[in-house]
Amino acid sequence: MSEVGQEARITPDTSAPVLELRGLRKAFGEHEVLRGIDLTLHRHEVICVIGASGSGKSTLLKTVNLLEGIDDGEILLQGTDIADPRIAVDGVRARIGVVFQQFNLFPHMRVLDNVTLASRQVHGVGRAQAEATARRLLERIGLAEFADAYPDRLSGGQQQRVAIVRAIASDPELLLLDEVTSALDPQLVGEVLDLVTELKRQGSTILMTTHEMHFARNVADRIVFLHRGEVVEQGVPAEVLDAPQHPALIEFLSRVHA
Amino acid sequence: MTVPAGAGTPVAAAAPSQVEAERRLYRRQRGRRSIVVSVVSTLVVIAIAYFGVVNTPGWAAVQQSFFDPQTAIDTFPDILLGLWLNVRILFFSAIGVAVFGTLLAVVRGLRNPVFFPLRMLATGYTDLFRGLPLIIVLYLVGYGIPGLGVFPRLPAEVWGTIAIVLTYSSYIAEVLRAGMEAVHPSQRLAARSLGLSHAKTLRLVVLPQAIRKVTPALMNDFVSMQKDVGLVSILGAVDAVRSAQIAQAETYNFTPYFVAGLLFVVISLPLIRVTDAIARRQQRREQIGGTV
Repeated sequence: MSEVGQEARITPDTSAPVLELRGLRKAFGEHEVLRGIDLTLHRHEVICVIGASGSGKSTLLKTVNLLEGIDDGEILLQGTDIADPRIAVDGVRARIGVVFQQFNLFPHMRVLDNVTLASRQVHGVGRAQAEATARRLLERIGLAEFADAYPDRLSGGQQQRVAIVRAIASDPELLLLDEVTSALDPQLVGEVLDLVTELKRQGSTILMTTHEMHFARNVADRIVFLHRGEVVEQGVPAEVLDAPQHPALIEFLSRVHA
Repeated sequence: MTVPAGAGTPVAAAAPSQVEAERRLYRRQRGRRSIVVSVVSTLVVIAIAYFGVVNTPGWAAVQQSFFDPQTAIDTFPDILLGLWLNVRILFFSAIGVAVFGTLLAVVRGLRNPVFFPLRMLATGYTDLFRGLPLIIVLYLVGYGIPGLGVFPRLPAEVWGTIAIVLTYSSYIAEVLRAGMEAVHPSQRLAARSLGLSHAKTLRLVVLPQAIRKVTPALMNDFVSMQKDVGLVSILGAVDAVRSAQIAQAETYNFTPYFVAGLLFVVISLPLIRVTDAIARRQQRREQIGGTV
């Protein structure tokens, strides 16, 4: 397994941006979901992608993790084009952490095994070492007591925090968060967003989609507004949220602020 | 959450109101009445069946040739020895079926177009062997394959085991495939996004969940296989059924068959009960919130 990881790590160009999208296009049949996306994400940067449902946010994240193929363009992960069919996809995915809206923890595994699965099975870390790391991470998010429990014993917010820990357990270069609070009860949203804020503080590089405008304003380095598969506006939160230019963004913000 | 009617009394420190006291009295009376009705009706049915059979004109002769205690005692050791062969066949068949059946299920679940021929082959296989009566497979394998003259001479029970594995794998493969399809696609997505390969995703994430989902069906097939191992007797393997046949030929009495049948039931009972318990537990878990 480890040799797959090495194969993908051919040119870890640390000077290059963590992620660079160039002219990314994706269509489902006749319907063009992404129409030439250009986006650059630097180390330690957090970008929040906002937009109405159907704007292509989720598809964008899926293409970056190669869970969805693209029709044109380039996806550069630290300078390597991972859309190249010659690239080993498992190796690429091993370098990117993903958290889904619906948590998607493995219900047949204990919390600890959920967190250590990738370390043990993909990165070739020994069980003892992987578990030590996982227990430390669980400790940090206050869920150490649930290490040996199965996910169904946990609340939605707790499950999502475990899912985040699972995604960061093997130190990914990039973290993709796809509407990680959308499936949660309002009172559980806070604990998950606090964890994301903590990750940013520790220097994680994050590309996320969200509907939490307040959070985006406080945590994002940049906000990208996606409209009908195109980036129509982007910039620092204050610019994008307080002085929107594009009519679609003005319309969108008036709806979410209401 | 609603408490289903009659599901115990609520925890109340205060004495029940008059209305509630009257309800409880009614429930108690009704409960007592249904117990009486079920006991009496069960006894009546058993009595009718028993006297119905015993009073038939040929009962004395049937009893003599099927349920003769002395013959049963005399033939029991040989039949029990034969049953030991059945148990061994069952053991190896179960292992073979688990391996081959899983393999078939996995191949049928492959989506890559490259595997189309392989998938077609697996589909054809399961179609064929689910339709083919086990007894015919036994003849084909037990007499046909040795007849080719390629393989060394093997005992009948080995060919019997192979025939059972061939047949039951096709059933198990279908059950497992249904289970794999019942695992939500987001689980594969989550596994692949961690960097797990297709094979590891199947082995570590999809299959364990699939097996849990279809455990009652798998157990049911296992119970069915447990009795079908008795069919290897037609190839001449001296198992419980064959031992009974030999004893029958010596005594001109069918009681040995009854003994063999009883033994098969006895060894399958524990598993049947376990299967029931598992199915019940699963049902309880999935029907939280009330039963109708």
